[in-house]
Amino acid sequence: MSQMTAQESSKGQAAAPWWRRAFRGQELGILLVLIGMIVIFSLLNNRFLTPVNLTNIMLNFSWTAIAAFGATMVIITAGIDLSAGSVMALAGLAAAMLLSPDHSTLLGPEGEASAAVIVLAVAVGLLIGALCGLINGLLITIARLPPFIATLGMLQIARGICYGWSQGWPVQYLPQNFMILGRHNFAIGSFNLPLPSVIMLVLGIIAWLFLTRTVWGYRIFAIGGNMQAARLSGINTMRTQTMVYTIAGLLAGAGGVLLTARLGVAAPTAAIGYELDVIAAVVVGGTSTSGGEGSILGTLIGAAIMGVLRTGLNLIGVEAYWLPSAQGLIIIGAITLDQWFKRRRGQRGGLSRMFAGWLGRSA
Amino acid sequence: MQSEPILRVEGVSKSFPGVKALDNIDFEVYPGEVVALIGENGAGKSTLMKILAGAYTRDSGQIYLRGKPVELMNPFHAQQMGISIIYQEFNLSPTQTVAANIFVSREPRQKGLGRFFGFVDRRRMEAEAAKLLKVVGAQAQPDAIIRSLSVAARQQVEIAKALSVDASVIIMDEPTSALGDDEVKFLFQNMRELKAQGRGIVFITHRLEEIFEVADRIIVFRDGQRVGTLSIAEATTEKIIALMVGRVMDEIFHKEQVEIGEPVLEVRGLSAYGLVEDVSFTLRRGEILGISGLVGAGRTEMVQLLFGAVPKDSGEILVDGKPVDITSPESAMRAGLGLVPEDRANQGLVLLLSVRNNTTMPTLDRLSHYGWVDRKAVDAAATDYVTRLSVRTPSLDQKCMYLSGGNQQKVVVAKWLLSNPKVLILDEPTRGIDVGAKAEIHALMSALAKQGMGVIMISSEMPEILGMSDRILVMHEGRMAGILDRKDATQEKIMAYATGQTVEGSIPA
Repeated sequence: MSQMTAQESSKGQAAAPWWRRAFRGQELGILLVLIGMIVIFSLLNNRFLTPVNLTNIMLNFSWTAIAAFGATMVIITAGIDLSAGSVMALAGLAAAMLLSPDHSTLLGPEGEASAAVIVLAVAVGLLIGALCGLINGLLITIARLPPFIATLGMLQIARGICYGWSQGWPVQYLPQNFMILGRHNFAIGSFNLPLPSVIMLVLGIIAWLFLTRTVWGYRIFAIGGNMQAARLSGINTMRTQTMVYTIAGLLAGAGGVLLTARLGVAAPTAAIGYELDVIAAVVVGGTSTSGGEGSILGTLIGAAIMGVLRTGLNLIGVEAYWLPSAQGLIIIGAITLDQWFKRRRGQRGGLSRMFAGWLGRSA
Repeated sequence: MQSEPILRVEGVSKSFPGVKALDNIDFEVYPGEVVALIGENGAGKSTLMKILAGAYTRDSGQIYLRGKPVELMNPFHAQQMGISIIYQEFNLSPTQTVAANIFVSREPRQKGLGRFFGFVDRRRMEAEAAKLLKVVGAQAQPDAIIRSLSVAARQQVEIAKALSVDASVIIMDEPTSALGDDEVKFLFQNMRELKAQGRGIVFITHRLEEIFEVADRIIVFRDGQRVGTLSIAEATTEKIIALMVGRVMDEIFHKEQVEIGEPVLEVRGLSAYGLVEDVSFTLRRGEILGISGLVGAGRTEMVQLLFGAVPKDSGEILVDGKPVDITSPESAMRAGLGLVPEDRANQGLVLLLSVRNNTTMPTLDRLSHYGWVDRKAVDAAATDYVTRLSVRTPSLDQKCMYLSGGNQQKVVVAKWLLSNPKVLILDEPTRGIDVGAKAEIHALMSALAKQGMGVIMISSEMPEILGMSDRILVMHEGRMAGILDRKDATQEKIMAYATGQTVEGSIPA
C-alpha cells in the first residue's frame, strides 16, 4: 500500500517516548515561562524558594484557579464568563448567611454550627453558584444573548444581590468548623499544604478528566471548534452550552465558599474584579478565545504564573501599586509569545506543503 | 449590429486549481442592448462577471472598453471605468441610508470649514439621490435605512447607484430571482429605459421565459466556453436548452445494478415558508435519488429541512413506514438519517479537531459508558472506517484542516457511516475534489445502496446526476418541478424542468 494507514502510524506514535510527546504539548511554552519566573525570583530573593512561601503562593491562587477551570470550559466553547467574581461573592455570602450568628437561626447558643449545618451552607453556596451559571446558560441559548452581554448582566445582578442582602455590611463571626475549610493545612515533610490548594488540585484533576475523557468534554471542544458542524453532527449544542455555563457557575461558587472560609468573613465587596484574574489565568494558560482549543493544565499553570508574579514582585520589594501593570504585561507578553510559536509552527507546515507541491509539479 | 461594442472581451481564460473556469472566451456588449448570458451551474458566468468587476484577474486575453484595452484593477476601478455590477446579494450597507449607499466613497462635502473637517453635505447628497431615485421610479426615500427596504427597493437603489457613476455597462446577476411578478415588470421597464439611454445591459438569469420578454441577444456558456449566440428572433426554448446541455457524456460512473427494496423514507408536503414548498417523494432501500436543479432552486434548503437543521413549517416524514418527529439534527440522526453537507469546511467538519474526533463525533454515545469515552473503542472505530474509506492521513491525530478536500470529504462520510444510517444524504459530495477521490466516492455510494441504504445525492453536475441516480428529482424555485426515472432521463428534460418549462410526455410532480 502506498499510503500510510492510520494504524501503522498510530503504532509509530505510541513508540515515541513520553517526554517527546509531552514536549509537543501546547502547555510547554507557558510552563517554561513559569519556571523562568521562579528561577528569576529565587535568584533575586532567597526567601522566595522556601516551603512557606511556595505553599502561600499556591493558597493565594486556589480560588482563582478553581473558578478558572470552569472559565476554561466556557472559553473553549468560544464564550466568556464575566460574572465569575460576583458569583464567587454571592455564593460565599449565601453560605455565610446560614452560618453567621447575626443572620442564621440554625446555630447553637454559642454560635456553633453542627456538621449538617456546615454541609447545608456549603451546598447552598454551590447551588447558588450553579444557579447563576444556569441562568447565564439559558440567557445565551434560549434568549440568544451574546455571552458577553448575558454574563455582564449577571456580573451586576449578582453583585447587587450581595449588597442588598447584606445591606452593605460584612457577614462575620463564622463558626470555627467552617473556617477550617479555608485554613486547614496538611503537613507533608516541611510543606504545609493548604486544604484549598488540595481541593484545587482534586477539582483540577476532575475537570481535566471531564474535559478530555468524557463525551461532554469531547462535545465542548466540538462546539467551540465549529458550532454549526457540531450541530449537524447531532450534538445538542444548546444543552452542552447550558451545561458549560452551569459548571462554570458551580466552580465559581466553590471558589467563593473557600475564599469566605479562608477570610472568615463574607463582604459584599469580596472578589471584585476576580473575573478578570480568572480570564487572565485561562488565556495565559493557552486557551484560545476563539474557541476549540485549551486545557485545564494550561489554566493551572496560567493561574500559577499570576500567583508567582504577585508574591514575587512583593518579595523583591516592588510596591504593590505597580502590580496591575506587571500583570497586564505578563498577559500581553505570554499571549504574544504563544501566538508567535503557533504562527511559526503553522508557517513551517505551510512551507513544507509548498515544497511538496513544488516537487510534485516538477515530477 | 453595426455600431462598435462598448465592452469587448477577447480570448479571456481563467483557471482555478483543477478547473478551467473560462476557456478562451469572447464576449461583447453593444450600446442600447440587453444581452442575456445563460448557462448551467459552473458554466463560467460568475467567473466572467468577477473578472469584469475587477475581483478576479484573468490568466490571458484582453478586455476593451469603447475600443481601448483596459486593465480592471479592482471593483472600485471597474466602477470608475463605467462597469457596474448588481449582485444577487446586493452590495449595500444595511444600516446606512439610501443616499449614503448611492454615494458611498463619493459623498459630497460641505463647503468652507466643513470641507476641511470632512463633513458630508447631507442635504445635497439626499437631493442628488432623490433625483436618481426618481429616474428609476423608486418609491424609497433618500433618508430611508436600507435594512427597512424590500428586495425590489434595494435593487432600485443599486440601479440608482449605477446611474450615479454613469455606468455604460450594467451587469445584473439574476435580478429577478427574489422579485414578485409586478416588481419584475417594473424592473424590465427600467431595463428598457436604460437601454434607450444607450447603455449596454448584461442580464444573467435562470428563467428562460424572461429572456424572450426583455433580451435582444442571447449568449450561451457551457463548461467555460461560449457555445452559441442567438438573436431573439431566431431563439426558441428548445434551441437554448440544446446549447446549454449539449455535451458528450464521456465519464464512466461506478453505478451498480441494485435491487430496489421497500420504501425507507417517505416525505410528504415538506415546506418551509419562502425556502421550500410542498416537496413529496419516496426513497426505497438500495435506491440512489439524485436531486438536480439550478443554484438557488432550494435543493440544499430541502435536505437541511429534512435533516432538521432548518425548522419546517409543515410536512410529514416517515422512516420505514413509521412517522418520525424531526426537529433537530440530533433527532434526525436518531431517526436514522445522515447528512454530508455541501460546505465541508464550515458545516461538515470541526477543522481544528483530529480525524479521530471528527469521525466519531455523532457516535460518541455508543462509544462510551455512562459518559466515559472508551478510547480504545473510539480508536478502533476510527481506524476501521479510515482504513475502509482509505482516508490518506498520517495519523488519527491529524487535524482535519491539514487534509486534502477529498480526504476531508471521506472523513465526513466516514462519520456518518459509523452511525449506520438508513438514509444517507450527500449534498454536492464531489464538489472540488480530485478525479480519483471522486470515483472512490461514487463507488462507495453504489456499495452503500447495494447494502440496502437509501441514498439521496444533490449534484450540480449533470453527468454525475445522470450517471449515478436511479431516479432524479428536479427542483425549480423551491418546488419539485418533476421526477424522472433513470431510463427516461436526459439532460434536456432535466434542464427543461430546472428552468421552469413543462415537459411533454412526462408527468410533472
